[in-house]
Amino acid sequence: MNDALDVTLRLLIVFVVFLTFPLIIGQTEHKVMAHMQGRLGPMYAGGFHGWAQLVADGVKFAQKEDVVPAGADRRIFQLAPAVALLPYLLVLLAIPIGPSEGAVGEVIDAGIFFVLAVMGVGVLGSLMAGWASANKFSLLGGLRTAAQLLAYELPMLLTAASVAMAAGTVSLPGILDAFEWWWLPWQIVGAIVFFVAGLAELQRPPFDMPVADSEIIFGAYTEYTGLRFALFLLAEYAGIVVLCGLTTVLFLGGWHGPWGADGLGWVWTLLKTAVLAFIVIWLRVTYPRLREDQLQKLSWTLLVPLSLAQIALTGVVKVVIQ
Amino acid sequence: MSLAAAAATAHATTTITTTTAAEAHGFLSPTGVEIAFLLVGLVTFGAALITVTTRQLVHAALWLVVALGGLAVEYLLLTAEFIAWVQVLIYVGSVVVLLLFGLMLTKAPIGRSPDADSGNRWVALTVAVVAAATLVWVVVDAFRTTWIDLDGPAAGSTRATGESLFQNWVLPFEALSVLLLAALVGAIVLSRKAKAESSSPPVNSRAATGSSPSVPDSRNHPIEGNGRGEGTSPAEQEGAR
Repeated sequence: MNDALDVTLRLLIVFVVFLTFPLIIGQTEHKVMAHMQGRLGPMYAGGFHGWAQLVADGVKFAQKEDVVPAGADRRIFQLAPAVALLPYLLVLLAIPIGPSEGAVGEVIDAGIFFVLAVMGVGVLGSLMAGWASANKFSLLGGLRTAAQLLAYELPMLLTAASVAMAAGTVSLPGILDAFEWWWLPWQIVGAIVFFVAGLAELQRPPFDMPVADSEIIFGAYTEYTGLRFALFLLAEYAGIVVLCGLTTVLFLGGWHGPWGADGLGWVWTLLKTAVLAFIVIWLRVTYPRLREDQLQKLSWTLLVPLSLAQIALTGVVKVVIQ
Repeated sequence: MSLAAAAATAHATTTITTTTAAEAHGFLSPTGVEIAFLLVGLVTFGAALITVTTRQLVHAALWLVVALGGLAVEYLLLTAEFIAWVQVLIYVGSVVVLLLFGLMLTKAPIGRSPDADSGNRWVALTVAVVAAATLVWVVVDAFRTTWIDLDGPAAGSTRATGESLFQNWVLPFEALSVLLLAALVGAIVLSRKAKAESSSPPVNSRAATGSSPSVPDSRNHPIEGNGRGEGTSPAEQEGAR
């Protein structure tokens, strides 16, 4: 296969994953939440258990009028959804799902740094939306987004650094090659901190203070309608895919499984990602929203010390076993 | 900001200088990477210029994102992948978010800010030009005939960067961390002092409300609000750090 075709094919596959996986997670969320609350959820669209509900939602969003408030900063307002969404597409490129060369969009030498850096850029979209909407609720949402990002970026980086120390490389396939099963108990604190901090960065419940629909009316997205609003929602679900995929790759051993490692590696990756995505949905149904001061306190007094302790533990064990 | 852009263009000019200096590499037949490097350098320089000249504060911060992102692309083109992603992580992901946070806290207006101009404009320009000239001179003088082989093993990969950092440059690295530590301690000292000064007047009012805490009086709410605001501000300042 020649190079250009190979690259095109990889990009196409990643793009298809980017378009479908968030929808699958969204549909699962509809159904799982409904059943946890003693409802049925969507049952009509598409016939079988409402499988086409999100497609119908997409069509509805596309039909709505695209409104830009008169007082808004037009260009930044319109640009913000793209800035929020595209980084997750780029991150998906770097996540390996199987052991072979062909199972990753693009092998990146400094994979962890690439992934965390680009994920951080996505939050700029929310900030731009919050400021450019000329709406005080949006501005409050933007402020909370920024404060939350500043607080939770650090524990996320530190725990990712812990894995990189354990593996002796910062490349994502390299980390998976070095993975052993006993890393799971060794890095478990880091895994939990990473996952929680990632949830906070995605502004998922219980860390949804910045969007808090019942008090600041969806924060930065208050003024958005139609397709642009749908893009923000898509960014949230793409973010779940990326976070669960990353946690799988960094902490849960990606394609490694008890059996069938050759050939079936990608099934393990997808399975672990799906279980994590289910936990994300479960947390949304279970926990009440954290208040802003509780949010900050959780990060600075619990997650940061825990991640520092994890780094210390990683360093000690690493020196001992060498 | 313009310094960064100037440095970038300095890099760009250096490449051309080295092109002429190095015998093996012709000036008139630049490779695709060199052309891309020059174009990205121009974009970075333009974005940096707009950053310092625009009257719209938030636009300035967003153009800064373009300038810093352009610099990251330049690093990538020079095969310094690690530095490029760290540049994005630290500057775009954290410093600009911090800037935007500050701008939102101070309610930066949409549209032009009438006072977003400085009387020191010409002094600032002079300083910028002098600094840029110094940097260009130093860089050109230091790397006159050095040529980065873009096709060979990556000279700026994570492994190469780590090895040179912790073998040849450990002392400057540690000195930098002491500098950061000093900044950290300084920030704590400053914030503690500010807190002590600002919290002394409301002590009386709080004591007054403390005598009747259970009364759901509407006059109490603003004071409670103040108290809460003071409670969260250290956390925010910590976040800012």
